[in-house]
This record gives sequence, structure tokens and C-alpha cells, in this order.
Amino acid sequence: MDAPPATEPDTEGVRDGIIRTRALTKRYRGGQLAVDGLDLTVPAGSVFGFLGPNGSGKTTTIRMLMGLIEPTSGTARVLGQPMPRGTRAVLPHVGALIEGPALYGFLSGRDNLIRYDAADPTADPRTRRARVAAALDRVGLTAAGGKKAKAYSLGMKQRLGLAAALLQPRRLLVLDEPTNGLDPQGMREIRSLIRELASDGTTVFLSSHLLDEIEQVCTHAAVMAQGRLITQGAVADLAAGIRGRLVVTTPDTGDAARVLKEQGASDVTVEDDRVTAEPPDRDLAEVNAALVTAGVRVRGFGVERASLEDAFVALTGEGFDVAG
Amino acid sequence: MSRAESRAESRAESRVESRAESRVESRVESRIEPRVDSQVESQAEPVGSSGVPAPRTPSPLWTFGLLRSELVTTFRRWRTLALLGVLAAVPVLVGIAVKIETSDGSSAGGGGGAGPAFMSQITNNGLFLVFTALSATLPFFLPMAIGVVAGDAIAGEANAGTLRYLLVAPAGRTRLLLIKYATTMSFCLVATLVVSLSALAVGALLFPLGDLTTISGTRISFTDGLGRALLIALVVAASLTGVGALGLFVSTLTGSGIAAMATTVGLLITVQILDQIPQLHALQPYFFSHYWLSFADLMRDPVYWDDLVKNLGLQGLYMAVFGSAAWARFTTKDVTA
Ligand SMILES: Nc1ncnc2c1ncn2[C@@H]1O[C@H](COP(=O)(O)OP(=O)(O)O)[C@@H](O)[C@H]1O
Ligand SMILES: [Mg+2]
Repeated sequence: MDAPPATEPDTEGVRDGIIRTRALTKRYRGGQLAVDGLDLTVPAGSVFGFLGPNGSGKTTTIRMLMGLIEPTSGTARVLGQPMPRGTRAVLPHVGALIEGPALYGFLSGRDNLIRYDAADPTADPRTRRARVAAALDRVGLTAAGGKKAKAYSLGMKQRLGLAAALLQPRRLLVLDEPTNGLDPQGMREIRSLIRELASDGTTVFLSSHLLDEIEQVCTHAAVMAQGRLITQGAVADLAAGIRGRLVVTTPDTGDAARVLKEQGASDVTVEDDRVTAEPPDRDLAEVNAALVTAGVRVRGFGVERASLEDAFVALTGEGFDVAG
Repeated sequence: MSRAESRAESRAESRVESRAESRVESRVESRIEPRVDSQVESQAEPVGSSGVPAPRTPSPLWTFGLLRSELVTTFRRWRTLALLGVLAAVPVLVGIAVKIETSDGSSAGGGGGAGPAFMSQITNNGLFLVFTALSATLPFFLPMAIGVVAGDAIAGEANAGTLRYLLVAPAGRTRLLLIKYATTMSFCLVATLVVSLSALAVGALLFPLGDLTTISGTRISFTDGLGRALLIALVVAASLTGVGALGLFVSTLTGSGIAAMATTVGLLITVQILDQIPQLHALQPYFFSHYWLSFADLMRDPVYWDDLVKNLGLQGLYMAVFGSAAWARFTTKDVTA
């Protein structure tokens, strides 16, 4: 639209999404349609999970958002400015980790950060050393800061990449599979760092092919499959759209299953001492009463929330590990 | 309902509440609710009122930070240092060879004009080793070194993936290209100076220094000769800028540093060969290497400027043409590496 040619991203435009794409489409030169008519809205202040199996177009979308590649058609706005035209004004406020870290192996971790910071024309060289030291500290690399980057483990490289995204206070962090290749401990650390950053008010756009990762850290999510957006919204709403399952814990599984069927529950399955079923359309208190009346010794009775994985399977009709 | 039944029911219900529900709830709470809460909080705040950093304005001077970083990064590479090391070794080898060959009193290059220019004069005056070394390295060693550095400039960063991080910093494509250009030109100068200084040092160590005779036969003082040596070094450095521009353009075409280096060096060799084929003499004035050896005209008295000017003009043309082509390519290129 007619945003003024300001050096600052216009704050007004951010009201309807810190990232907003309209019919965003990318066909690579080889003919591969990687992103197909994407309409994405990322609310300011959210931790936005961008979920999809490998090859579903997550990285391609992020490349377009960061002005690295030109969309074939459609538009993308970041911080209210159109991309890739607005890169100079927008990107100083955005920290990004795209498709894994990339480092100069012959430079130390610290010198890598100094180089990336020097590339930002808005970064004050007088505070450079202090900001680099703070970023290294934030990701726990202070001790290894003087080591050559080629001697870093994958986890350390990933952290250094995150540190580069944290050299300045950012309004938006774009993290493309930031826990890829990390051990469980490393994953936990990165996730808690992301939560910490989000609680400082930074909007985080987090792509991942790991459902539980999105469930653990995100407030909002969008689900991609084969270049298309399947759904987006608050994580709680996405999962709530799917009915939970009735779970009865009992030593008398056989009787319980029979009673549940009688009460109108469908898809009754038994595993160990748990009987699960699609809940019937009647008051669950009555179902419980019927179980007790029939002499079933009930240890536990309740409805288990649907997970995002259930939501994904319900939405796509496929398992999650389908590659695009 | 009997009392027993209702007791049983209520017991069952209380169990349900205390065990099943608490388990379900705790899962929900620990996995989803806290994030939802904080999301609501942060969304409730007007966007942009908090947590937004103060606006940052770039200072025009800060752009030199990236140039400095680029120079430091280039000259700290093991590969750059190896190239400079090879270039520094050439005058040493030439100097020692001449010294050994003439140790029996005969004059160097006695075979009658074979070998690089000025060779025969080295034994009389070590300063001539500078001219000899430059004419020995200009056809191949120097431009090859430039080709490697220029060819790798963009393609190497793309290959390593560091290009995308420089671009999202955001370095700016035009600014980054200009800085790569400036660094390539600096490397032309540094490489030439390394050859010249190494030659001067070896020449001073192995041979006498003093007044010298120009190609035209006139005598000039040693200081005057030193001045001309410096001028020649600058002209040689300028002669290499065309190859540098060509290499940088090739570098924007591919995502592989090795491919870009090989292509540039291949072009260099091809052009040198084509420059020797008489049938192509109509094209030859446009080959970047055609006037390279004109630097020797600076050793005439008076200096013969014609070919020198043509050489500098041709290098300027290459810089303009391939510089624009590199800019057109790089500013519109999809960076996917
Ligand atoms: N540079 C490229 N050229 C051609 N096709 C590509 C390129 N990068 C990715 N693709 C294709 O685009 C699709 C989406 O890839 P990508 O965006 O990397 O997915 P994700 O990040 O979700 O794993 C894949 O089919 C992939 O093969
Ligand atoms: Mg990806």
C-alpha cells in the first residue's frame, strides 16, 4: 500500500500481523512448486510455530520473508513493509537462523559474530564487542568464543547461529528448525531460550517438523503440507477442534470395553489397563455411573486432550512423516 | 438408588476427579496453557508500545566496518596467504637462478633475449629484479591469484552459506558487491606490491644497486629508478583490475567457489592463447591481457604513453562492463544456498 518511505518499519501496519503474506507462491527455476498460495498471518507477540514435514516449503517461505528470493507471485509483508523491497529497513529488527548455521571455519566464534555484526549498517561499532560478548553469553558459548568455528560441534554451531540472531534487540526472530541435529539436552536448552526471548516481547517465528516442539513452545501455529497451508491459529484452538478421547483406567478392561460400547462409545481400544474410545454424545457422568454399576473397578476416568499430532492427522488424513 | 450404590458412585467420581482429571489437566497445563496465558498477556498490550527497541539509524561511516571486516577476512585466509607466499617466492627463485648462472662471470640471459625482460641487467643493478619479477608473474601467477580471490568472493560465501547471513544482516546487495569489488582491487595492489618488495629485497641482497640505464639508453639516478619501479607496480596492479572484475562477475553466476575460480583461471589461459593467434588480431586489442606488458614503456626516456593509456582504458572498460553485469546479476539473484 502507500506506506511512507520511512527508515523505520511502520508500526501501524504491524497491527494486522508482524508477518503477513497474501497468495505467496514460489516456483523454483527447476519447476518445483515449493510454496503455493500461502496466506499467513503472524500476530505480534506470538510464538508462532510453522509446522510441516520435510520438503513442505517452510524454508522457501522463510527465504521469501527474508528477501533472499523473489516470490513468483503474491506478496509478503514483514513488520508492515513489503519484502524484498523493505529489507534495509526491516532486517535490522529481525534476527534469523535459516537452514542451519553457516560460519567462517577459519575464524573464531567471536570473530564470526563480529563479522556478521559489521555487515549490519545500523550496528554501532562502538558497542560491537560488548554486544558480541553478551550474545555469546546468552547462548552459553563464552568459554568457547575464542575457538575456531571449524572445531565447533553441531550444537555449538547452532548456538553461534542463534547468537548471531541476538546481536541486537530484535522485534522478530525467525528460526528455521533451530533444534535440528541437537541432542535432547541441547533441544531443551534452545527451547527454554526461545521461551525466554518470547517473554521479553520478541515475536518468534519458529519452523519445525517436530510436532511436540511446536506444542511445547508455541502459542500459535500454521500447518504446511506440500507447499500449501492446511490451517493456522492458536495452538489451543487447533487441538481443541479435534475431540479428545475418553480414557478409562481399570483392571477390568474387558467389562469396561463392553459397557462403553453399550453406552454408545465408538472406536473402543484396549491397551494394558487403559480403555480408550471416542466419547458418546451423552453426559459422561452417566457413562461413568454405568461402568461402576456394572461392577467395573474404575481407577481413572477422563477425557484426554487431542494433541497437535491428532489435529494434523485429522486435517491431512495422513501420518506426519510424509515427505512432500 | 441405594445408599451403597451412591457411595460407590461418589467414590468413583472422587477418584475420577483426583486421578484422571488431575493427570489430564496437568498435561494440558504444562504443555499448552502457560504459553496461551503469556500469549494473551502479550497480545493484550498495544503492539509496538513495549519491547520495541529504539530506532537505529545507520551512520554512513559505519559501512567501512564491513570493508575492514572483508579485508581482514580475506587476508586472514590460509589460501590468500599461500597465494601471496608463492608470489613472494618467484623473485627469490629468479634472483638465485641469475646469481648462480652468473657466478662464473658471464651475463644472465646470454642465450640472446630469451627469458623475461630486463633479465640481463640484473647483475649490474638489483633494482632490475623488480621489473623482471613483474614481467615474469604478470602473464600467469598474478592474474591467477586475482582470479582465485575474485572468483571466490561471492560464490565462496554462497557455497559456505554465509552469504545468506550477510544478506539478512542486512549487508545490502549493492553495498556487499562494492565491498567485494574494493577488496578484490586491494588484493591486486597487495599482490603486486608483494612481488615488487620481495624482488627489491632479493635484488638488494644479491646484487649491487645504483644508477640505471633506461631502455632508451639514458642514465637515471637510483632514486628516480625507484620511483619508476613504484609507478610500474601501480600500473601492473591496475592491469589486473579487468581480470578482477571478470572474476567477480563469474562469481555471481554460480554457487560454487571452486567452479568460479576454475572458470576465471580457464578464461585467463584461453585469452592468453587467443592473444597469440595471428588470425584474431582484429579482436586482440579487446583482450584484457593484450597491453599488459606495456608497463615496460615506463622505462623509456621519455615515457611512451600510448599503450599504457590503452591498457588502463581497457581495464576501465572491463570494470565498467563486468561490474555492471555483476551488479545486475547479484541484485536480482535468488540466494538459496
Ligand atoms: N533451491 C531450490 N531449487 C529447486 N527446488 C528447491 C530448492 N530448495 C527447495 N526446493 C524444493 O522445494 C520444496 C520445498 O523445500 P523447502 O522449502 O526446503 O522445505 P522444508 O524447509 O519445509 O523442508 C522441496 O520439494 C524442495 O525439493
Ligand atoms: Mg527446511
